[in-house]
Amino acid sequence: MPADLRTRIGHLDLPSPILTAAGCVGTGRELAQFTDVARIGAVITTSVTLEPRAGNPAPRVAETPSGVLSAVGLQGPGLDEFLRRDLPWLLSRGARTVVSVAGHSAREYGELAARLSDAAGVTAIEVNLGCPDAAAAGRLFALDASAAGQVVAAVRGSARYDIPVFAKLSPEVTDIVAVAKACVSAGADGLSMINTLPGMVIDPVSLRPALAGHSGGLSGPAIRPVAVRCVWQVREALPDVPIIGAGGVRTGRDALEFLLAGASLVAVGTVLFHDPSACSRIQRELEEELAVRGVDRVTDVVGRAHQPAGYAAERRSWV
Amino acid sequence: MAPVQVRGTVLTVRRVDAYVAMTVVAPAIATRFRPGQFIAVAVGGPSSSMLARRTFSVHDVRPDHGGTVEFIFLPRDPGAQWLADCRARDVLDVVGPLGRPFPVPRDPASCLLVGVGPATAPLFALAARLADRNCPTDFLLGAESADRVFGALTARRTGRSAVITTADGSLGSRGSVVDQLPTVVAQARTDVIYASAPIGVLRSVCALAGRYGLPVQALVSEPAMACGTGLCMGCVLPAVGNDGITRMVRACVDGPVFRGDLVRWDDVGTIPFDALGAPGWKPRPGAAGTASEERTHAG
Repeated sequence: MPADLRTRIGHLDLPSPILTAAGCVGTGRELAQFTDVARIGAVITTSVTLEPRAGNPAPRVAETPSGVLSAVGLQGPGLDEFLRRDLPWLLSRGARTVVSVAGHSAREYGELAARLSDAAGVTAIEVNLGCPDAAAAGRLFALDASAAGQVVAAVRGSARYDIPVFAKLSPEVTDIVAVAKACVSAGADGLSMINTLPGMVIDPVSLRPALAGHSGGLSGPAIRPVAVRCVWQVREALPDVPIIGAGGVRTGRDALEFLLAGASLVAVGTVLFHDPSACSRIQRELEEELAVRGVDRVTDVVGRAHQPAGYAAERRSWV
Repeated sequence: MAPVQVRGTVLTVRRVDAYVAMTVVAPAIATRFRPGQFIAVAVGGPSSSMLARRTFSVHDVRPDHGGTVEFIFLPRDPGAQWLADCRARDVLDVVGPLGRPFPVPRDPASCLLVGVGPATAPLFALAARLADRNCPTDFLLGAESADRVFGALTARRTGRSAVITTADGSLGSRGSVVDQLPTVVAQARTDVIYASAPIGVLRSVCALAGRYGLPVQALVSEPAMACGTGLCMGCVLPAVGNDGITRMVRACVDGPVFRGDLVRWDDVGTIPFDALGAPGWKPRPGAAGTASEERTHAG
């Protein structure tokens, strides 16, 4: 019998722990050609900003070993157009939608959260803290615990009480647990990790950086061990806070790895560029991985890696 | 029609001059295909370290084996090299057909097909479709050298005329297709230009065509695509919508075929200051800016 993938976080009921990661699904329509968006756990949207954004010039994307370096620059139609065109479409297709929000000040984030709260079809809000803080000379919010906390507090304060708020953390910090704690004490209902790692590729033909913006964010299977470590550390420090794990998930086994490290939900991102039907496949593979190990419910394995080694050996199914 | 993701069996891999031509059995793609559309192929096998899909304009589709798709490429980067090393009966993960196809004239019109290097490949399926509509077609093909000119023979056989140019003069006349364009347009009494070439050539072709008042349908192959499906937002270029507003549009879903006069060729690789959402951009009060659909979505 296939394992039960239903996942409940707070009062949020999802049919599966497999989500799409922010910034990897276009408007949702592109992905829906290859995956039934209603059957995956939820769609995390490309980050929405108040005003339209043109993003960075091309080239924006470069391939790296088992990864992709990208600097899209939050291109998007802005909140008005998102609410008019994209969100209703996702709702009409039966998708649960986690809206990722991005801004340059806590006030902008707050305004986004307030306006999203009035819209139909917002399952949760993910706060993209990987944006430059206008008040701190362009330092990313995620790099500073107090700046991150202020943004999360602004979002939590403006969002409707029944919309959970997830804070998306960056791995590029000395102590991710400190940022995680600041976000949770500011009111985050959950945490999402990890955002991309900064990187650079130099083109051997042009002898110049491959991306127009020089550096970009590294994602894909290349950063998976970093992501698993972050999830593990935060789970260890904050065992009761739900985590969305993301970073190079490619197979059901990778998703299981994140669940074992302590993530309740797993987001698939860069791998969608390679395989646009990856979410459905990973969901199927996860079911099989759980069935092979004799696990009935996916929630039973969340954080299992934190239990002592002997525990698994006692249960025959885990040998 | 919506693209599909299929596992296609390689039928043949052969060298054509400097290029590798590959035929894959993919009936679902072949039946949906319209000239100008492309496919995105995963390279390196299921646990590949190369995550970006390689995109190729479809050269031709045939009805044998239920439907096959042929494309050509230069085996330059490791991904294309892996593909070139595939053999018959290997299985590839292929997504397609993707993108907006070439629009074709309703009534017979004299069409000039301009192609440079490997980008020439999609023009032959277009020529066949134009022939069905009784449109006379002329070819103007170019490349760096003779072995990079793709399909010269087919062009001579199927076109009303075919002019070849090479940069080194090893085949046809020395120079670029842009040098020959005015002569060819005058001799062929061209009504419409279809062009598939690097950005620089497309820019010159569109500038010249603008001078003669000719419409151009341009197939872009830059910036390089990482997914081909519209997810990665990598392949953007600035294009003007029918509302007069410039937007950063994706070559993969809004193109790869664009109306030549709508792409801001000189600004490719930049964010024009007046593009929707450019730094410092402010919404005009009462302007329909954000509310209207992009013109390029209409295809």
